[in-house]
Amino acid sequence: MAQPVELPDTIHVGPVIDEGHSLASVSDKVGGIVLKRKTTLGWAFGLLVAFGLLQALLASATWLFIKGVGIWGINIPVGWGFAIINFVWWIGIGHAGTLISAILLLLNQSWRNAINRFAEAMTLFAVMCAGMFPVLHTGRPWLAYWLMPYPNTMDLWPQMRSPLVWDVFAVSTYLTISAVFWFVGLIPDLATLRDTSKKPWQQKIYGMLAMGWRSSARHWQRYEKASLLLAGMATPLVVSVHTVVSFDFAVSMIPGWHTTIFPPYFVAGAIYSGFGMVLTLMIPVRKFYGLEDIITMRHLNNMAKVTLATGMIVAYGYIMEAFFGYFSADVYEKFMVWNRMTGPYAPFYYTLILCNIITPQFLWKKSIRTNPLILWIISIVVNIGMWLERFVIVVTSLHRDFLPSSWGMYSPTIWDFATFFGTIGLFLFLIFLFVRVLPMITIFELRMLLPAAQVKEPVAR
Amino acid sequence: MSHGTLEAVHPLYGMMAEFETPTQLVEAARKVRDAGFRKFDAYTPYPIHELDDAMDLHDNRISLFTLIGGIVGGCAGFGLCSWVEAVALPLNIGGRPLISVPMFIPITFELTILFGGLTAAIGMILLNGLPLPYHPVFNVEKFANASRSKFFICIESDDPKFDPEGTANFLESLGAEEISEVGR
Repeated sequence: MAQPVELPDTIHVGPVIDEGHSLASVSDKVGGIVLKRKTTLGWAFGLLVAFGLLQALLASATWLFIKGVGIWGINIPVGWGFAIINFVWWIGIGHAGTLISAILLLLNQSWRNAINRFAEAMTLFAVMCAGMFPVLHTGRPWLAYWLMPYPNTMDLWPQMRSPLVWDVFAVSTYLTISAVFWFVGLIPDLATLRDTSKKPWQQKIYGMLAMGWRSSARHWQRYEKASLLLAGMATPLVVSVHTVVSFDFAVSMIPGWHTTIFPPYFVAGAIYSGFGMVLTLMIPVRKFYGLEDIITMRHLNNMAKVTLATGMIVAYGYIMEAFFGYFSADVYEKFMVWNRMTGPYAPFYYTLILCNIITPQFLWKKSIRTNPLILWIISIVVNIGMWLERFVIVVTSLHRDFLPSSWGMYSPTIWDFATFFGTIGLFLFLIFLFVRVLPMITIFELRMLLPAAQVKEPVAR
Repeated sequence: MSHGTLEAVHPLYGMMAEFETPTQLVEAARKVRDAGFRKFDAYTPYPIHELDDAMDLHDNRISLFTLIGGIVGGCAGFGLCSWVEAVALPLNIGGRPLISVPMFIPITFELTILFGGLTAAIGMILLNGLPLPYHPVFNVEKFANASRSKFFICIESDDPKFDPEGTANFLESLGAEEISEVGR
């Protein structure tokens, strides 16, 4: 039998949690950010900026309700435009949270403990932003409930064979399960806040949310079982969600969309962009809240490695897309690839290659993976790159389809940008509120990482 | 270390001992169980898997419930698709089968996960008897540390082997930092 491979210590940079922390100190440090820390001017300013951006969403949605989707740049043949690009981008960002909280839990990767709460919150907020776009894109958002199957006087039902209906089920299940998983994870930490808070109103609010959790061993046993079951179900769920999103494209007959590589390539892209966003948010948060001893270099290094690995899968996807176009011997597929590389939107294609394939190659170097500033810049480039990827997929395939007589061009309007940046405002607004009122790091899982938390075997019988 | 005020708290919910380290707690929990106590509980700031063995905790009902929830969800998903496409709104598209199994899989799968996941979470909360606004253990002032840094064992007065004086002495012999009585 093969011996298990012992990995050298040098592959890790630093510990998962800095030495010198005790059970009490991690609780007080993470809980203290919520309970004791004064509201800083920086936080208030950030919240205000995010709130300002959020107004762009409210204004553009209102104008959309009044005038209809004509205010956007969409047309025939490019009927999808920003709404679908942003939908896919946001939902992809969400996937890293579930990967960190569920898949890494099943794989017993304890370094996830310090970042899973934050990443899951990011998932939840990103899916909220994502869900808005298809609803706004329907043109009559007040009739969005037509997407759900319910008995009605029109005697009509959704087409259950349509990927767009699958999307409704996939995204709403994803949002529900993510929220439940997140809340279950929060219960013990809410109890910690209830027990350490000195202010009666805080004790009441956190106490109600903690539902009377009393850290009982009998409860923990069921709790751990339920967490594992939820993780086991969230894992195939997260893969299925972006698979279904890719079906929106792949099940159609449009050149460039009708390929079997779409599901795995979309899932990898989702995780890639999600880790990009986790890094974008976490590097500043870790700095401003002085959490370098809990979210250590080891975390940044590991996240950078996942980004690099998924980036390489995405690169493989790009190569295969081009190859399929060539190998299909289909004139429309071949033209699509050629048009993507040399047509009117070619600059977007090359920028995307630069952002998504060339830029992450820097992450091979350890000194870059452990340099927060450079890593942060790379993560933003990855976010932009993944947005461009969706732009290229949606627009280049649609604007040149089978008949040259129906070709067209797409250019977004100010309202497209207002809606998009508005959702970024909503997302940041929710993140700012989250770090202020809830523990952004899972305290009880952090305790489990400490040497003081280990039971020393053998216990005498 | 003093329990001079015994009999002061009536009626008594139980006797609580505080421990400094998880190793002491697991050892103590095992001894409490070996001494024949059944109505007792340990309170820890994070899950300690060694306790499952020491306290003989093997409640697997939640897995069963989740399985049932998942199966119900799967049947609901497939049933919904089949009913809508074959009964409620049958559309003959080029003579293709009305019950087109592969196309029904995504919704079947999503509802399996949705029902299974909700059963796991709600099942955990209900089996744990939550939400519970009041519980006697919170009457002990130091118990606030159970969710922060300290480890507790509480032997409940309902246990047939419980007697206030003897149980307190027993807990003290296990190396408890402090013994307190828990009022109801």
